[in-house]
Amino acid sequence: MEIIREAVAGARNPVMLYSIGKDSSVMLHLARKAFYPAPPPFPLLHVDTGWKFKAMYAHRDRMVAESGMKLIVHTNPEGVAAGVGPFTHGSGYHTDVMKTQALKQALDQHGFDVVFGGARRDEEKSRAKERIFSFRAGGHRWDPKAQRPELWALYNTHIHAGESIRVFPLSNWTELDIWQYIHAERIPIVPLYLAAERPVVRRGGQWLMVDDERFPFAPGEQVEIRRVRFRTLGCWPLTAAIESEADTLEAVIAETFNARSSERQGRLIDTDAPGSMEKKKQEGYF
Amino acid sequence: MVAPGSQALEDFLENQQTRETLRFITCGSVDDGKSTLIGRLLFESKAIFDDQLQSLASDSRQYGTQGEHLDLALLVDGLQAEREQGITIDVAYRFFSTDRRRFIVADTPGHEQYTRNMATGASTADLAVILIDARKGVLVQTRRHSRIVAMMGIRHVVLAVNKMDMVGFDEGVYNAIVADYRAFAEGLGFAGIQAIPLSGLTGDNVLNPSAHTPWYSGPPLMAYLDTVVVQQHQPRAAFRMPVQWVNRPNLDFRGFCGRIAEGMVHPGDVVRVLPSGVRTRVKTVLAGFAGVAQARSGDAVTLTLEDEVDVSRGDVLAATQAPPEVADQFEARLLWMTDHALTPSRQYLMKLGYREVTASVTEIKYREDVNTGAQLAAKTLGLNEIATVNIATSAPLVFEPYRVNRTLGGFILMDKLTLDTVGAGMIEFSLRRASNIHWQALEINQRSRAQQKHQVPRCIWFTGLSGSGKSTIANLLEKRLHLEGKHTYLLDGDNVRHGLNRDLGFTEADRVENIRRVAEVAKLMVDAGLIVLVSFISPFRSERRMARGLFAEGEFLEVFVDTPLAECERRDQKGLYAKARQGELKNFTGIDSPYEPPEAPEIHLNADTVSPEACVESVLKRLG
Repeated sequence: MEIIREAVAGARNPVMLYSIGKDSSVMLHLARKAFYPAPPPFPLLHVDTGWKFKAMYAHRDRMVAESGMKLIVHTNPEGVAAGVGPFTHGSGYHTDVMKTQALKQALDQHGFDVVFGGARRDEEKSRAKERIFSFRAGGHRWDPKAQRPELWALYNTHIHAGESIRVFPLSNWTELDIWQYIHAERIPIVPLYLAAERPVVRRGGQWLMVDDERFPFAPGEQVEIRRVRFRTLGCWPLTAAIESEADTLEAVIAETFNARSSERQGRLIDTDAPGSMEKKKQEGYF
Repeated sequence: MVAPGSQALEDFLENQQTRETLRFITCGSVDDGKSTLIGRLLFESKAIFDDQLQSLASDSRQYGTQGEHLDLALLVDGLQAEREQGITIDVAYRFFSTDRRRFIVADTPGHEQYTRNMATGASTADLAVILIDARKGVLVQTRRHSRIVAMMGIRHVVLAVNKMDMVGFDEGVYNAIVADYRAFAEGLGFAGIQAIPLSGLTGDNVLNPSAHTPWYSGPPLMAYLDTVVVQQHQPRAAFRMPVQWVNRPNLDFRGFCGRIAEGMVHPGDVVRVLPSGVRTRVKTVLAGFAGVAQARSGDAVTLTLEDEVDVSRGDVLAATQAPPEVADQFEARLLWMTDHALTPSRQYLMKLGYREVTASVTEIKYREDVNTGAQLAAKTLGLNEIATVNIATSAPLVFEPYRVNRTLGGFILMDKLTLDTVGAGMIEFSLRRASNIHWQALEINQRSRAQQKHQVPRCIWFTGLSGSGKSTIANLLEKRLHLEGKHTYLLDGDNVRHGLNRDLGFTEADRVENIRRVAEVAKLMVDAGLIVLVSFISPFRSERRMARGLFAEGEFLEVFVDTPLAECERRDQKGLYAKARQGELKNFTGIDSPYEPPEAPEIHLNADTVSPEACVESVLKRLG
């Protein structure tokens, strides 16, 4: 809460990235607490790839109505025009065009100088060194060597025109902290995090959910109904489900506590090449 | 295993909510095995998932230094550049937990050129793990790390004597190192030093007591971290909360948000608003959506007050008994964190709590050699250097000494132009209390003096390259004003350097001081009712801004005498450019020292195309 307030106090035009996932849900909840009884003094930005789960869109609209905040939805118009999608163009290209490029477009278009994101340091190695207030030069480039030292809780929020700051209030939270907080504060989350019977296809050793008719079946692939849930939510063709019986929050926490694989394993983009997340960040990915 | 719905899960959730967080920093040099030790802690505490282990196995083959074994250091060396060079160049944060505590580890590099990174990691830590290579013993860097850790206010230290496997777990070697370290650390003010013989590589005394060290009866590292008491808070500390944000959604609600820095607060408590000193009572304490009966140190809250008092961001709400001090001059320890040296008198932005003010270092008392602790004389302060300094601020600050309260005693300095964070400081004590400073109020003031002279006192500040025509124009202008019966004075760069500023050279530090003195003299003369013309190259924006800040609105006119460098060099009346080009003259503005042109001067003269007379006319027109 302190971090969110501090960023807003120094900002001209702040915005909160809202990805509808569990981290975003916690971040939104903290923002609402930080400014209560006022609504948070900034809009939510959803960079929509057009391939999110249907349940995510429903949840998003519900939370926007409940919080009384303004929602900005941005989809890369060039990507839409070119028909970019994860099945046709591959995960890397899709993520670049529909997420990274789309995010830059949205930020430029609205001139946001402070952008809240839900990233955590425990997610991936290059994130462990990310600042809580992370500086982006013009063109959104992240230079790991040009980051400002952060001492105590004294954040330097001054920037020049054209530069921006990404603020990560959840930097020091772990996946388990997120779940415990959701449990303790009874924060609403997308039902996909809880196990239910869903239509899935086995591909490359992972379970992919068939969320609409755009799923291109390979020869021999068949829809099966399995009890699955998601540890992380993104575009449905890029986010694998795990088989699970955990259909309550308590059960999910128990499962997470006992887990033997990290949550980004369900993300297909991390395993492309060594240092792949670091490269994406330098190009402006969150 | 924890099963859903089981007692174990209930206990677990219960446990998690009451679980403490311990933040610690690890200090050691490249070869001390620091990354390996942290990797070992993560590995042993099961913070590593299967897929991360798999990628570790593949990374170990590619980059590892342990042959076919898992190289645990690769778990923590994050950025690709570092992995390839095999060193850690930034602060990385790691997380693991036990049943009792969650841990946040700041992993920082040990080289002297990374002192600032270590200070950054230490600033939020409660404890430090200082690594020593058992084969090498206490080294210069061990002393440096310890001094930085002590300076940042860490009171608990683990002396991890690592690589015990390489010295055959020899008790004598260990004892000698520990005795050596204790002797050295005596003066550093640590509350506790726990020495542990261990090996990050083999895991001895990390999680479990080692069979190789029967002579050691103390706890293994993990057990110690799990149980050490580091709470510095005196439970009865008086309430302090810096106000971060004023929440005013409608006329009926006015809340003051912040994180409680010390003590506790309850509805009904009497508090004082500082620096104004007004007293009022707390009406409600909101923690998120709900009102609560009390909140304590570390909680982020919103308070409403009984009275409609004036409180803004940066003010401090404090218990009425023993309120913090208010002052505008301090002695502080300062760590410099950027290549561009700290220059006394130069103005920086200072942030303490949520208050930002302009501040300058008035004196560098001495620099400390971080390796030996020796006190050295210094005129400027370079990257990673530490000094004890006097600091003056443009407005009074509510503060407490750093050793008493990190929140109200720690500050950062930011450069006004680059906006970078350039310094980190810790207040030791105030040099004088703000309440004791009074300007001598004089009966005859600037207005009465000006009226007697029938003129509006002003400071007309000419800036431009050497040879741009500043002095020529200023001279002509003074003649004109004099003919009109005005009382004037012309301060000229060359002339002042023959007298008042005879002791100053042309280094950046001296140029800053040169301008400060001239600006102060001009200010006194304007106060005397004169129209003062200042003709100085004054190449740096920050000093011109400082000069402007001394005068009232409208009293200061910046005149940019804009003659291109090529033209100045062609004129070269004093032959200085020729000398500078031949390298006979160092730090010459425009040649090997920068000139920062004004961004918004009151008057901009294109002195290469317009005659000096015409230039004077435009200045006169502006004076009215």
